[in-house]
Amino acid sequence: MSETSAKPVEGERKVFMTGNEAVCWAALAAGAEIMYGYPITPQNEIMHYWTRNVPKFGRRFLQTEDELSAGFTTIGGVLAGRRAFTATAGPGNVLMQEPLSMAEAMRIPVVVVIQQRGGPSTATVIYSQQEVTLTCFGGNGEGLRIVYSTSSLQELYDYTIKAFNTAWKYRFPTFVLADGYQAKMRESLNIYDPAARGIEMVPTEPFLGRPGKIGEGREAAHLRNTYNIEEELAEVLERDIADYERVAPEIVEHDSFNTGDCDLLVVAHGIVFRSAAMAVRDMAGQGKKIGFFRPITLRPFPEEQFRAAAAKAKTLLVAESAYGQLLKIVQQNLYGSTVPIRTLLKPGVGITPEEITDECSAILAGKGA
Amino acid sequence: MAVEIELQPKMPKCWNLASKPHKFCPGCGHGLVLKALGQAIDELGIQDRVVFGCDIGCSLLSWDFFDVDSVQTHHGRTTPVLVGVKRANPDLIVVAYMGDGGGYAIGSQHLVNAANRNDRITAILCNNTIYAMTGGQMAPTSMPGQKTETTPYGRDVNEQGYPMLGPEMVAAITHEGAYVARGTVSKLRTLKGYIKKALENQIAGRGFSFVEALSTCPTNWRTNAQQTWAFLEENMQGYFPVGELKVPADAAGGASEGEEE
Repeated sequence: MSETSAKPVEGERKVFMTGNEAVCWAALAAGAEIMYGYPITPQNEIMHYWTRNVPKFGRRFLQTEDELSAGFTTIGGVLAGRRAFTATAGPGNVLMQEPLSMAEAMRIPVVVVIQQRGGPSTATVIYSQQEVTLTCFGGNGEGLRIVYSTSSLQELYDYTIKAFNTAWKYRFPTFVLADGYQAKMRESLNIYDPAARGIEMVPTEPFLGRPGKIGEGREAAHLRNTYNIEEELAEVLERDIADYERVAPEIVEHDSFNTGDCDLLVVAHGIVFRSAAMAVRDMAGQGKKIGFFRPITLRPFPEEQFRAAAAKAKTLLVAESAYGQLLKIVQQNLYGSTVPIRTLLKPGVGITPEEITDECSAILAGKGA
Repeated sequence: MAVEIELQPKMPKCWNLASKPHKFCPGCGHGLVLKALGQAIDELGIQDRVVFGCDIGCSLLSWDFFDVDSVQTHHGRTTPVLVGVKRANPDLIVVAYMGDGGGYAIGSQHLVNAANRNDRITAILCNNTIYAMTGGQMAPTSMPGQKTETTPYGRDVNEQGYPMLGPEMVAAITHEGAYVARGTVSKLRTLKGYIKKALENQIAGRGFSFVEALSTCPTNWRTNAQQTWAFLEENMQGYFPVGELKVPADAAGGASEGEEE
């Protein structure tokens, strides 16, 4: 399956395409071997582009009966040693949490692309940032996952490739969290062969069906997620949590601007960060003491970097297309700080740079609630 | 002493001796189904290529039963995990092992769709007419009138419907190349023959292979040995006919149906 004649992306080239198409090309370029998926808007075109390229590059695809199956078959693909992935959104993300809790429990490096849509329930097929809590902390566990929140189609391409390496290096389920806007809009971006940029793909290996004779070359694998006693479970969780906390500083990523001694620090992620960055740079250019902090990894969260930035700010503004999902993470990571937090929360609705500018201006002028 | 040793029944080679004696209750049929599966794996010489996945419920207790690559999944989700494995590495021989609740209730969409897609996997479903691990609730396969914890006055078919006829359903929706049979732990050699054919069907790449095994649960049935046997042989087999429901035209030979033990 991995022995393909032509590379899907040679060298590097500039393209103009949608985010879903960018995800597909990134997965192809990263050497993803099999995709399992179930239709749900706004992520469908990832499958559409993938299925068109399957025969050209010796890849595979399975359309499953639902997202439970898409998640569990992806787990099966990874257990067989393949770079496997799936993509979903909204109610599909809800169903996907069951298999993802298994992936979390068994340290199975699945890669999942989430194109957030409105919620709760079926809501809209368009856009939101309302799947932050679900993606970071879904399932009946502790949220031992890695979640990259992208803000552009270039990042969607970059982080989809990176997600495969992060997953297989650290063995935690890894998510690329984007949204309907990024899924459907077109932008210019550079697509590239990871090797052309010196990116080495972390090799995969089978958990089941390894070569060799049982009892001679190898022992039979007995993989479990069920335990008989509390202490048995605790031992596994303590090990996994310790692993997660140990590697978190290597994984966390953020972006920031003008964080030293500012009157207002805008905190946003994903596509809303794009609006925030435009507004903040514009206002800073006009002499306002304003900066931004943008977490790229929502799990693990860049706590140390964020606390340092927040410590130098007089006020924070959290802006998101959800009713306080990023806000909760921000508050948790600021525990003990007394910096006032203002909010611009628009669940399921996009936020323009102008809205952020207006909000920032009101705060800096000492107005507003 | 020497005589005793000679009389010891032979365990299949692919059994994991470290996990024996097994964890099932006395009188449970799971050990017999897994014995038939073990013998079939031995006879086909496929121990090193088998991936065994088990559902949640009593079937979970088989997770370290074999000396073959094995994985625990979730309740009802064994079929998709092994479909995923097989699609990713068709050289492996995958076995999805589940109970009646996992296969016919919570995971029925996976069974139906894997069967309809003709996925080259072997699913073995242990039908003991009850949710046993959780303490004896009604299963999709509980018999009319059967008393369970959630039908304490007996399964009323007007309220709770009739027992699910799984192999009949799978046979109805599968296409050419599928193998479907229902065996019973009371005819173990026949059951082994069915399971072997189900594995051979996967190895030949013909299609979906499904064997339901009628089994026993004296713990939750609250039956003694005689009542247990009577329930299996009379009640269950009266409703769930034993035999092959679908055999691919090019499958070699027939299993010895009705063969006496």
